Amino acid sequence: MSKTLFDKVWDKHVVRKIEGGPDVLFIDRHLIHEVTSPVAFLGLKSRGATVLYPNRTFATADHNTPTINQHLPVSDPLSANQLKALETNSAEYGISHWGLGHQKNGIVHVVGPEYGITQPGSTIVCGDSHTSTHGAFGAIAFGIGTSEVEMVLAAQCIMQQKPKSMRINITGSLGYGVTPKDVALFIISKLTTSGATGYFVEYAGEVFEKMSMEGRMTVCNLSIEMGARGGMIAPDQTTYEYVAGREFTPKAEAWDKAMAYWLTLKTDADAVFDKEYTFDGSSIEPMITYGTNPGMGMGISNAIPDAEQVEGGVATYEKSLNYMGFHEGDSMIGKPVDYVFVGSCTNGRIEDFRAFTSLIKGKHKADNVTAWLVPGSHIVEAQIKEEGLLDILTEAGFTLRQPGCSACLAMNDDKVPAGKYAVSTSNRNFEGRQGPGARTMLASPLVAAAAAITGKVTDPRTLLQEKELV
Amino acid sequence: MAYDKFNILTSTAVPLPIENVDTDQIIPARFLKATERVGFGDNLFRDWRYNHDNTPKADFVLNDPTYSGKILVGGKNFGSGSSREHAAWAVYDYGFRCVVSSFFADIFKNNCLNIGVLPVQVSAEFLEKIYAAIFADPSTQLEINLPEQTITLLPTGEKESFDISVYKKDNMTNGFDDIDYLQSMKTEIEEFATHLPL
Repeated sequence: MSKTLFDKVWDKHVVRKIEGGPDVLFIDRHLIHEVTSPVAFLGLKSRGATVLYPNRTFATADHNTPTINQHLPVSDPLSANQLKALETNSAEYGISHWGLGHQKNGIVHVVGPEYGITQPGSTIVCGDSHTSTHGAFGAIAFGIGTSEVEMVLAAQCIMQQKPKSMRINITGSLGYGVTPKDVALFIISKLTTSGATGYFVEYAGEVFEKMSMEGRMTVCNLSIEMGARGGMIAPDQTTYEYVAGREFTPKAEAWDKAMAYWLTLKTDADAVFDKEYTFDGSSIEPMITYGTNPGMGMGISNAIPDAEQVEGGVATYEKSLNYMGFHEGDSMIGKPVDYVFVGSCTNGRIEDFRAFTSLIKGKHKADNVTAWLVPGSHIVEAQIKEEGLLDILTEAGFTLRQPGCSACLAMNDDKVPAGKYAVSTSNRNFEGRQGPGARTMLASPLVAAAAAITGKVTDPRTLLQEKELV
Repeated sequence: MAYDKFNILTSTAVPLPIENVDTDQIIPARFLKATERVGFGDNLFRDWRYNHDNTPKADFVLNDPTYSGKILVGGKNFGSGSSREHAAWAVYDYGFRCVVSSFFADIFKNNCLNIGVLPVQVSAEFLEKIYAAIFADPSTQLEINLPEQTITLLPTGEKESFDISVYKKDNMTNGFDDIDYLQSMKTEIEEFATHLPL
């Protein structure tokens, strides 16, 4: 029988099918961080259970860490306690722990791929919904709750109903100034924030075939924002080249064996998806969100739609626009911007900083903007320096912070004040996501750069010629 | 973590007719710093429930003494966003045992089932009926019958059935969790692991 890419990887990992219930799914790699793991370890202890395969779990601290002065003790006692718990639990059960200050520390979905923990055809989970990021490698990767973290620690398996399948094809090529982030925000704006709930998505078509691994990670990362458990892209030469030679990547004979498996990871030509969408890549504009969920996005030159044009209840829509201080029919161009955040598991990779820098080069940060540039890992931080991007950023009035999740969810001190507007390259514009009362506009690193130098929402295509953009 | 068994729940309900309620609203990230599962109910819907100076917002339903009960009735796409199980804990710790909506986000739904909160998905029409009944009379009782998989508006007897897997239903009616099950198949899992391609 014909199978999708998803079927092939899923079926390979089903330990047992329960009649009238979920599948017992084996998990190859488990990533943990300080926020969603402590209660799982407590549960494990209270049962007298142990970790079945400590070498399949990797711990990094990211959600709750400062992004300046990381060499100093963490001042918030609750955060310090949570970081300590991760360290203690990891040590007790023999789990690799990349805590604050460790050279490999960084955002869990940035460091996983960087060190080769993320591999094609594997199953990867983490107590974090953006685990979908790793689907960029043709892995089945998705976020889980803390009870499930405990399951994976205890038994390396979780119980999951197999989701339905969806394929999203983007044909043709993207216009200049249009990035993978725009592709994702475009798709979510079409499908809405719940349009893929119950599905696992495969992204296909020329646009994704031509996309870098960093770009694919950005797209897969945002799969959860349309409700999908995850999204994946079939591995190809781009994938193999990225994966090769990394610390946890198979070597020698093991590489050959893995490659034999990876080469099978394609959707069969006659496989049928439960749902399929096709969009034309050339119709996508740089995107920006105007509301309080990631589905409320539009091309940057459009006007905010009327409630009647949008799916869902009028009351919810109006509540959202009220929170943002926007009105139906408003243009987003020219809206004031107080904060710019570049970073997160969505857009905290080297390509994102290259794009941002390509636009701000030779210009200067607007005085009314506070900019937080937060690399996803120490590797990204080092690349920014080695490639000379830091010099350009410094000259333009920007500073670089240290790796972490930062203002994406504002668990640390990187909080946007109430009522202020932020153009953010992160993944969620929910009420209060970036600080109580903060108003978030999601966008690409290029749109963030245009906002950072003009102090307002600006179409990046008006600032640079095509040849100058990365 | 052990939770109370769930069979038949008869209770008044708290209406929250807002769509796309995300888990950042259910429990904001700044309240996720605990290393134990305690006190999350106090921060359920924190920023909708309290002003910046921590005084209660009078117009939010949890601060309105007219409405109470063990059932929360939310709008379409309830629990979207972050996978934080803390959201389900907050709902449970506040005292809700059941959330009714016309559509749930996947991870939140799973998290609820894993900790003993029953997610009951009804049709959009039935959801409207429930809201209308509660707003007309806040003492309206709903009956959630897990063995029969039905939800009933008691004053009128109008009912609808809801889906749940046989396995999860068995877990909830007995107060079991998945880890008990997985631990019983440890040998099978270890044997399976020796045949994996990676």
